[in-house]
Amino acid sequence: MNLSKIFIGAFLVNNILLMRFIGLCSFFGVSTSLDTSVGMSAAVVFVTMLAAWVCWVLWHALLLPLGLEFLRTAVFILVIAGLVQFVEMFLKKYVRGLYSAMGIYLPLITTNCAILAITFLNVDYGFNLLQATIYALGVGGGYSLAIILFAAIRERLEDSPVSPSFRGYPIAFVGASLISLAFLGFANLFGISI
Amino acid sequence: MTSQKPSRLSYLTSGIIKENPVLILMIGLCPTLATTTSARDALGMSAAASFVLIFSNVVVSLVRKFVQPSIRIPIFIIIISTFVTIIDYVLQAYQPSLYRVLGVFVPLIVVNCIILGRAEAFAYSHGVFDSFLDGLGNALGFTLALVILGSLREFFAVGTVFGKTLTPNWYRSAPMLFMIFPPGAFFLIGILKALAVKLKLGK
Repeated sequence: MNLSKIFIGAFLVNNILLMRFIGLCSFFGVSTSLDTSVGMSAAVVFVTMLAAWVCWVLWHALLLPLGLEFLRTAVFILVIAGLVQFVEMFLKKYVRGLYSAMGIYLPLITTNCAILAITFLNVDYGFNLLQATIYALGVGGGYSLAIILFAAIRERLEDSPVSPSFRGYPIAFVGASLISLAFLGFANLFGISI
Repeated sequence: MTSQKPSRLSYLTSGIIKENPVLILMIGLCPTLATTTSARDALGMSAAASFVLIFSNVVVSLVRKFVQPSIRIPIFIIIISTFVTIIDYVLQAYQPSLYRVLGVFVPLIVVNCIILGRAEAFAYSHGVFDSFLDGLGNALGFTLALVILGSLREFFAVGTVFGKTLTPNWYRSAPMLFMIFPPGAFFLIGILKALAVKLKLGK
């Protein structure tokens, strides 16, 4: 697979939120305003890249040679949890600007399944380090695109007259369904199947 | 013992309807939407998640006296990931076709908010049997939601439920195919949630 196909596939065709249903808790949880969505997106893109690298190296340098493939789930989730803690402390001490922009979203990321899913998928697809990086970038970009689009719609929904039973979550789901329908139109773009 | 009975029963029942993790609390959404393309796959996913939920609840409750509060979350994660690894390999060996359909969502059970949520909110502070009941109740509630959604999607998109034909030929020649795709899943869960609000299920 060439790199641009990997990127487009992760960014649009198989969008992680709208097509693959990974990371939905944060999709509905923080998309209530545009500001929080932008902060969360930045944190996800940043941690995704780091996690993809660290887990790729661990898998190929440690787990695979030692025949410890069955420890994958436990090792990857603990690595991500530790990594997030470390990044949070590092940013707090040395990069204050970045910390104030995305600091409060970092703890939420540990249980964001998008991050964990990317590390698993990089292994399942047999990507090399460059492909894994591009894939992580595509997924992070697709996550940001979907959540920022959706936040803009939800801000409008707040002021719209909606029937009482549909107020809040239900109408948000129906809105997500319509964006998802639009993204379904990207199926088979450049021959990338969903 | 008799005075405890109603509360014990409520541990089991609260997770099914009143605090249904999917339809009322809206957690664990990823597997709910991704693995309900047919009733059978939905049941397979619920069985896998239920196994992990019940056993992790029991084990967390068993070891809760020895676990320092400050390191409890990593301990929970290790316990949960142990059971996830077990079910991962069991499915791979005995149900390979189901395993291929569920794909990455089997290892992703480890970050399912329902399981970590019950360990933290219930099992860490309750006895073993109560935690078992709570796990069972939440597992049933999760299964209920997934099977309803899976059956509806299969019904609208293919015209069958659990592979049984329930619709006339004219419907199956032109069904609502979009229900099997992601937009259909978002749409149906929205309708189900609105129905839950309308019927005041969470009250």
